[in-house]
Amino acid sequence: MTDVATVSAGSSASPATQRTAPAPRRRWSRNTVETRVFGVLRWVVIVGLMLFTLFPFYYMVLLSVRDLSSLVQDPGRLWPALSEFTVSTYREVLAPTDAGGQGFLRFMANSGVIALGTVVVTLAFAILGAYAIARLQFPGRRKVSVLFLAVYLFPSILLAVPLFVFFTRIGLRGSLSALVLVYVSQTVAVAIYTLRNYFQTVPASIEEAAAVDGAGRFTIMRKITIPLAMPAILSNALFVFMIAWNEFLFALLFLVENRPRWTVSLGLSQLAGSIEIPTTVLMAGSVILTLPIVVLFFASERLLTGGLTAGAEKG
Amino acid sequence: MSVSQGVRGREPGARGRTAQQWREARFGLALISPTVLIVLVLVVLPILWTVLLAFQDLRLIRLRTAGLIGDFTLDNFVKVFTSPGFWSSLATTLVYATGGTAASIGLGLVAALALRRGFRGRTLVRASLLLPYVAPVVAATFVWGVMLNPQFGIVNEVGTGLLGWNEPIPFLSQRPTALLTVIVFEMWRSFPFAFLFLTARLQAAPASLEEAARVDGATPTQVFRHVVLPQLLPTIAVLALLRFIWTFNNFDDIYLLTGGGAGTQVISVRVFDFLVSRGDIGAASAQALVLATVLVVLVTVYYRFAAKEEVA
Repeated sequence: MTDVATVSAGSSASPATQRTAPAPRRRWSRNTVETRVFGVLRWVVIVGLMLFTLFPFYYMVLLSVRDLSSLVQDPGRLWPALSEFTVSTYREVLAPTDAGGQGFLRFMANSGVIALGTVVVTLAFAILGAYAIARLQFPGRRKVSVLFLAVYLFPSILLAVPLFVFFTRIGLRGSLSALVLVYVSQTVAVAIYTLRNYFQTVPASIEEAAAVDGAGRFTIMRKITIPLAMPAILSNALFVFMIAWNEFLFALLFLVENRPRWTVSLGLSQLAGSIEIPTTVLMAGSVILTLPIVVLFFASERLLTGGLTAGAEKG
Repeated sequence: MSVSQGVRGREPGARGRTAQQWREARFGLALISPTVLIVLVLVVLPILWTVLLAFQDLRLIRLRTAGLIGDFTLDNFVKVFTSPGFWSSLATTLVYATGGTAASIGLGLVAALALRRGFRGRTLVRASLLLPYVAPVVAATFVWGVMLNPQFGIVNEVGTGLLGWNEPIPFLSQRPTALLTVIVFEMWRSFPFAFLFLTARLQAAPASLEEAARVDGATPTQVFRHVVLPQLLPTIAVLALLRFIWTFNNFDDIYLLTGGGAGTQVISVRVFDFLVSRGDIGAASAQALVLATVLVVLVTVYYRFAAKEEVA
């Protein structure tokens, strides 16, 4: 992280206490008071924010390893007692339904296939499209960019009705590949946008040199442009994977009637209302749903933060 | 700027260049066409089709037998505008979108300012603050629902045990706490987005301006009010626009937290109910169309009057 601009800057919330302030005439001038108050407040805010953002995740993990009956008896306890600590919740939520479980392993496979499929197709389309927009002159280049921006801003709930009707009518609602295509149509615009920006930073002279040496366009793309743009491509892949793994509305519309095809998100949301399944077991399901995303996120945080601002989720 | 593909042939003059330009244009179109095709088929055409559907009387059960283009009618709009709950639902949507946008940008600004100066572990803290934004919405809403649960949720446990509440509060199933809770949830989930944008903008702000103001005796609040905030306003304007659009159309969070009950039925949840529960495709499309129209009008007004220079 670049601290160049921030280290010496006495910002409002983080006054530079260590810097010799202009000698105060009165001991309790407004300046001194504010500087001290914000100096303390800053830490209060940081700790408060951490609690606010992270507590739900901690609570999720906590409940997933607690025993249900002891949870109901002592709901206020913030750490699991050794006597009640259990991982049987995970066993139950992952096991297939005919073995008395909830079949989340199956849901994970579905989510994985859908998310990976979306990543592969989106990237294939986006690399070609972004290369064209960044490097080639063709009629309608500007219009295409505007169209993609519109797609990025367009809310998915408005697409819910026609897509639901359309896929019901052609009999493909319920197929995983139809869902993958819908996800591709939602993510490809953002992917092209971020990749295009990156391609433009790759100097065209390298490609021109290869062209002079007789390399064709596809060779140039495969041997030069794509390897150079690998960081951007990887961050895009992670970003698209997260969107597809987390997506809920279209999974609900397309797959809800067919339990063996549920994604993890859909499975959790459908089982959440059930009274037969203990909350602790579903909490284990939430951990299973969240963990891959958190791991991916921390593994690639540096890559991703740039991508997140460039193209956010919808909704 | 383009990659030349080795112009062969005898005429390197004007005709050679046009031929090469033409080849380049053809190649560009070929590369972009898969994307354009999928966007046209799965985004643009469906939107146009929504308009047609909104003017037809179409039920889900008759879908397989009905033609693509039926008799056009205004009945759906009459039904939507006169149905109980539509106008209050629109009002709820506006309150939710405005409250959620303001709260998430406000908290994002506080977070960005608090984390501005470096300290040990700041990178880790920053990354942790982004978690609500990347976490799956279904898991997040589920854990919030359990936390706020009146029987054994931790919030009511702390409230009745430590804060002296007389009885547990059913946050998600009574008015007005349900709407407030979904707004707080939206704040929790979306403030990282604002935080990220504002942090990036703060890093680009020149330190010399603030130092000069401090040397001249400006207090921290004065520096913020007169030096930092003006620099952030364009970013805040863009954020407000984006967050408002997304919150206004948000379906997942409210559907998963309350199912649209207890005064939280926003239009998007209503569209879903009409489509799936009632199977009334025409009315669902009509409401989706109203939602889109209201959004376009609001964004246009905002763009015209509030933030023309900032956004542009």
